[in-house]
Amino acid sequence: MPNLGADMEAAILMRWRVQPGDQVKRGDIIAEVETDKGLIEVEVFEDGVVDQILVEPGKKLPVGTLLATIRGEGQPVVRAPPETAAPSSAKAVPEVKPRVRAAPISHVRASPLARRTAAELGIDLKQVKGTGAGGVIEQEDVRHAAAGLKEEKAPAEAKRAPEKLRRAIAAAMSRSNREIPHYYLESPIDLTRSLGWLSERNAGRSVQERLLPAVLLIKAVARALRAVPELNGFWIDDHLQEQEAIHIGFAISMRQGGGLIAPAIHDVHLRNLDQLMVAMHELIPRARAGRLRSSELSDATITVTNLGELGVKTVFGVIYPPQVALVGFGKIRDEPWAEAGSVGVRPVVTATLSADHRATDGRRGAQFLEALNNHLQTPEAL
Amino acid sequence: MTEAEIKHAIFTGLRKIAPESEPEALAPGANVRKVLDIDSYDFLNFLIGLNEKIGVDVPESDYGKLRTLQEMMSYLSARMGGASKK
Repeated sequence: MPNLGADMEAAILMRWRVQPGDQVKRGDIIAEVETDKGLIEVEVFEDGVVDQILVEPGKKLPVGTLLATIRGEGQPVVRAPPETAAPSSAKAVPEVKPRVRAAPISHVRASPLARRTAAELGIDLKQVKGTGAGGVIEQEDVRHAAAGLKEEKAPAEAKRAPEKLRRAIAAAMSRSNREIPHYYLESPIDLTRSLGWLSERNAGRSVQERLLPAVLLIKAVARALRAVPELNGFWIDDHLQEQEAIHIGFAISMRQGGGLIAPAIHDVHLRNLDQLMVAMHELIPRARAGRLRSSELSDATITVTNLGELGVKTVFGVIYPPQVALVGFGKIRDEPWAEAGSVGVRPVVTATLSADHRATDGRRGAQFLEALNNHLQTPEAL
Repeated sequence: MTEAEIKHAIFTGLRKIAPESEPEALAPGANVRKVLDIDSYDFLNFLIGLNEKIGVDVPESDYGKLRTLQEMMSYLSARMGGASKK
């Protein structure tokens, strides 16, 4: 069961979309799971052939549970050893590792016995609280966690979706507030050039092909992250894991106070503005319908939130762990703006950075906002 | 296209974006985006829907002319009338 976010502990396997023997390619959808964030399509992360399906649909399973095994292309079937060779015992761990994982691999400190017990019971060590010396996970901790999960069987009556989403948000935000020492920086940005360029470009296009300002903001964030890459990544096991790819979690509000979800727009650094707009058209309706893919829930390396629609001037965001930064945009408003000794009225947006002080310092954060501003002054290069 | 048909297209579009709403209950002079909580992304989709249904492509510079139901009706009627004169 892939980990689809800091707030996820378990999910119900609803349906397999593949069978043993099926060829799969990276990115193919192989199963559907029901989570607090709706029905999620689980993608596979390697090419290969489905070897074994290990779990039947209908069960609530903790994160980390082995669901299926996938044989890499060209790899031999490891089961059914030939009669001639010394047969491996039935208990032997298959050489083929599960690859149905979405979360970045992290190191947990656990005793060898605890690791073995966790593997036997299908418990994700990341979800276990260690009580040994220095927080090391002992076998007893694993058994304790397993007992807790048993009690928490799939609930008889499905909770209302907004309630479940609320709970997921609560878990992630509580963890963020507990663990992440946030610092905040804000910077007003003159959008005259960006908006001028955008309206000129949109003027010649049909309504289907028009770009929204949000697309420019997202792309500018991705560009600015190249200058300060340590804002793009995860804080795991007491150190920063910078990420090469820039997957921006784009905050999407559900209608009628139905909560908030920030699925990833993948590889923003590789897409042009038109492609990003297409990605938004594709993503937002699915997010609102509660039909996202596993990678969209787990891959975001930074979050961008835009609250300008409602007149908010400045956003002081709460980071979504294990990410280390969140960029907020407020309302684009006309303001007096002084430049080169004269004052004029300009469209201005306040950009804020909420960042994890364990990963970066204010100076780097300031450099990020400066880079963001610079990119928004040259929209034609975005 | 009759006025009723334009109205129908508007209501269908609004209901698609804000399924929980009753566009028929909107006051003719009420700010549609504010009352129905329609953000710029939803508004763009509303315009895409209108374009597909009634063939009017609203340029960005005219967005401000579509704030209320009344304004939408008169703007779209005028645009369509103009189109049929061709």
